[in-house]
Amino acid sequence: MESEGNSQGGARVITVSSGKGGVGKTTATANLGISLASLGNRVAVIDADIGLRNLDIIMGLENRIVYDLVDVVEGRSKLRQAMIKHKKFDDLFLIPAAQTRDKMAVSPEDMTRVTEELREDFDYILIDSPAGIERGFRNALEPADEVLIVTNPEVSAVRDADRIVGLIEAAEKGPGRLIINRLKTDLVRKGEMLSSDDVYDILGLAIIGIIPEDEAVLSASNSGIPVALNMNSQAGMAFSHVARRIMGEDVPFMNLDGNPGIFRRLMRLFDGR
Amino acid sequence: MSIIKSLFGRRRQGSGATAKNRLRFVLQHDRIHLPPERMEEMKREILAVIAKYLVVDQDRVEIDLEQRDRRQSKLVAEVPFSGQQPAASASDARLPAMSTDSAENP
Ligand SMILES: Nc1ncnc2c1ncn2[C@@H]1O[C@H](COP(=O)(O)OP(=O)(O)OP(=O)(O)O)[C@@H](O)[C@H]1O
Ligand SMILES: [Mg+2]
Repeated sequence: MESEGNSQGGARVITVSSGKGGVGKTTATANLGISLASLGNRVAVIDADIGLRNLDIIMGLENRIVYDLVDVVEGRSKLRQAMIKHKKFDDLFLIPAAQTRDKMAVSPEDMTRVTEELREDFDYILIDSPAGIERGFRNALEPADEVLIVTNPEVSAVRDADRIVGLIEAAEKGPGRLIINRLKTDLVRKGEMLSSDDVYDILGLAIIGIIPEDEAVLSASNSGIPVALNMNSQAGMAFSHVARRIMGEDVPFMNLDGNPGIFRRLMRLFDGR
Repeated sequence: MSIIKSLFGRRRQGSGATAKNRLRFVLQHDRIHLPPERMEEMKREILAVIAKYLVVDQDRVEIDLEQRDRRQSKLVAEVPFSGQQPAASASDARLPAMSTDSAENP
């Protein structure tokens, strides 16, 4: 219940949510965890999708799990025992979700207790929220200092994002920043997909990242090596930019919309904007 | 200027533009929890009330929902009329007392 801990010292708690399922929350959480760690931060990532554990597999840590979040909450394990260190980064840890339980096994207060215990030892705590607007989302939202909302440039995903933004604002955790994932440059250029500007116009939220559709994301999930470790991938690059923006750096956006930058700037001139 | 614009400006004819318009529409109603059909009903009622007193030019009526952001919506109405409704005595056109305190955005 207590909404203390608005980053008074210690880690910033960032929840990754979306409303609609399958838009890339887990992918984003894993890659931001990796990127923030590779930039020298101490990072804990928590899989709050109880019953549908996935973050472990995307991060390539699935065969190291002994205890999970529900074990911690129900007192079968100490928090430290459930934390899995990443193979590549000594300061990156995963707290996996339980695979066999449901969302009711964890309460919002449990989440706050867990993050409070972690805060002083970390710079960032990332929480991978389940889809939907029910208990699992409430759990992920409760301890958040900031919420990142992942959406795809697609009607139903944007609509659900708007719904989530309303709930985030009602919980006084708002307004949140937006990650537009799976943008298809060629389609936007042809006018056959919402552009990042369109999504911005509609949702009125600050955009913290635009991630292109990238086949490397699929191979990354096959291999358990997130794209953020592969700087040849556009998506990997885009995620590392998001990480730097989270850290407060002013990183220019890659030109992914295929909106010819020069013409656009010219138009602004003509428009007197 | 407009030539340059039409040459280089964003061509928004594709389904992307349709998506944007549809989203705008649906979110307007999502945000105020008033579905489109209910909205139309409300407009009809408003007009019916006005028509008791004034001769409304029905074809040029525009009642639209405007939204600056998620929290601020307003109803903007343009209701052209050509004069007073003849002999509509205030007594038989009286409205039932209403106690709505113009809750614009619940
Ligand atoms: N930028 C991208 N390019 C290509 N594929 C992507 C991209 N981002 C995500 N995907 C794919 O989309 C699918 C869903 O991603 P992910 O599991 O991260 O979504 P989610 O929001 O966590 O889903 P859920 O709501 O089920 O938890 C995965 O197969 C993933 O590989
Ligand atoms: Mg997921």
